Amino acid sequence: MTMRSNGNGAARLNNGSPFLEALGYLRRNPTLAIGLILILGLLLFSVVGRLLVNIEDASPLSAPPYQSPSAEYPFGTDKVGRDLLAVMIVGTPLTLRVGLLAGVLGVGFASLLAFAGAYYGGIIDAVIRLVVDVGLTIPSILILILIAIALRGVNPTEMSLIVAATAWLWPTRTIRSQVLSLKERAYVDVARMSGMRGREIIVRELMPNLIPFIVANLVNTTASAILATIGMEALGLGPTSHPTLGMTIYWVILHAGVLGGYWWWWVAPVVIIVLIFIALYLTSVGMDELANPRLRRSL
Amino acid sequence: MWAAGYLLKRIAFFFLIVLTAATVNFFLPRLSGQDPIRERMIKQVQSGSAWGKGIEEMVEVYNAKFGLDRPLWQQYLTYLGDMARFDLGHSIAFYPKTVEEILREALLWTIGLLTMTTLLSFVFGTFFGALVAWTRAPLWLRSLAPPIMTMAAIPYYLLGLILLFVFAFELRWFPGHGGYRIGTIPNLSWRFLLEALEHSLLPALSILLSSLGFWAIAMRGMMVTVEGEDYMTLAEAKGIKSSRLFFDYGLRNAILPQITSLALAMGYVFSGALLVEVVFGFPGIGTVLFNSIKGVDYPVIQGIVLTIILTLATTTLILDLTLPMLDPRIRRQA
Repeated sequence: MTMRSNGNGAARLNNGSPFLEALGYLRRNPTLAIGLILILGLLLFSVVGRLLVNIEDASPLSAPPYQSPSAEYPFGTDKVGRDLLAVMIVGTPLTLRVGLLAGVLGVGFASLLAFAGAYYGGIIDAVIRLVVDVGLTIPSILILILIAIALRGVNPTEMSLIVAATAWLWPTRTIRSQVLSLKERAYVDVARMSGMRGREIIVRELMPNLIPFIVANLVNTTASAILATIGMEALGLGPTSHPTLGMTIYWVILHAGVLGGYWWWWVAPVVIIVLIFIALYLTSVGMDELANPRLRRSL
Repeated sequence: MWAAGYLLKRIAFFFLIVLTAATVNFFLPRLSGQDPIRERMIKQVQSGSAWGKGIEEMVEVYNAKFGLDRPLWQQYLTYLGDMARFDLGHSIAFYPKTVEEILREALLWTIGLLTMTTLLSFVFGTFFGALVAWTRAPLWLRSLAPPIMTMAAIPYYLLGLILLFVFAFELRWFPGHGGYRIGTIPNLSWRFLLEALEHSLLPALSILLSSLGFWAIAMRGMMVTVEGEDYMTLAEAKGIKSSRLFFDYGLRNAILPQITSLALAMGYVFSGALLVEVVFGFPGIGTVLFNSIKGVDYPVIQGIVLTIILTLATTTLILDLTLPMLDPRIRRQA
């Protein structure tokens, strides 16, 4: 499916270049555009920041403690003397990366299960469905806590792997039901009658039609993975020696930073985390429209 | 006829979840092959609260006491038996206290906070979502939609941090920590209940504000669909009053999937609320969990995981069983 199929009949800026076509689409889907711009902005903040600020200052004892924002430390410093600007510059992409890796792993595994289950049906599908139903009733944070306390002292990549352990449940359910509805379409019957076999139908007929849907799922899964990651970090189960956004929240909670009056300590991570969630939320709403053009949202 | 099959299926599912929870709870912490007792003892030696001498003997005594020296499958069966009797064992950090004792009080606080906020947020969010989709609703109300829906994207506890700063630190309108004043002994008097209420307002507000949008978004979608139905057009053409159209024709039909998602959302609400409690030092399950993680108190952590899942499974079962009474479509399906 190309973006062309979303045409709404208006005059279109299409002279063949896919880049211009994408830009033209974004103009008609401002929700997606704002979401993507926010994400790019956050990445840019980190890339430019690395050029201007010494990221070594994100570790403890590199600045005097409890400095309120000043020319030298624009975001202030925390209890043990981390420069919070450096922490944000290192922590933002770190948090995004942990979420994206968990999201890719989760959605990848989910697609595999969904295709296998929905296409072959029978006992495989029944087992997958039951596991997903049970898994979704149990809050994933509890499973993640159990894994994390067993492994104690993780690094960000291990954090992604832990979060991925439950991140596949929801996308498996949604992708599976989408595959189920797609495989009833006439073109799948045509393919089957013209002699294609199971694997070929999945790869050549179903997958291309599902890619926008899977990408939209990836955005959602990444958002929930980041939510789970920050939640675990705030509970004290994160990578203690890495300056991620969630760990900053943990230090604030642990040292009662809010009631201590050190507002700059929590304002920066909270603002960035909120921006990340709003960006991913808008991207996902925008993606929904891309993946499912019949669903025109008024928001 | 529908009742028996449906009932059995839901009850079987309930037991499956509880069994899964107990199994996961038993095996996951043992994944790493670490020895919780030894680790805990070493931590105590390091913090100076126990002597290094004789630690191996102590570990052995404890292992025998907790049955950690027997083969894994035997431990698993004993564990399942204990769980069936709701015997969660003893806390390591507060040794003579049982996990059940620690959790009983905390659970009361958490359930109080969550029932109140979930119900309020469900009612207000659903009503708000329905109004936003209603084309005849006033404009000022509909313009509230984007901010409230965006708020749904923010984790509860981050909003909690902001509320804590504004209302407890800057304005000093509400207490910022705990469930009652320091020095008060929890009892069942009006004064104490008022004090507890005052302390739960901020945590409740953080959960309420950030979960309103969740219900509103879902309800809005359903209401838009219902508004497009033929019977709505017919009712409108017949000249039925606008308020009746909204409540009896729109809301009544759109609300049913909301109740189904109430069961699904409970887990989400629970996990979000855990951290809100931590932010406000509210004496519920979340704060106990936070402290047990800090103190490597495995039995308490496992007890919390099991208790939460048990609570959720029970809530889900109750909702599953009441739903067919409300929605004839489910009765027919089953």
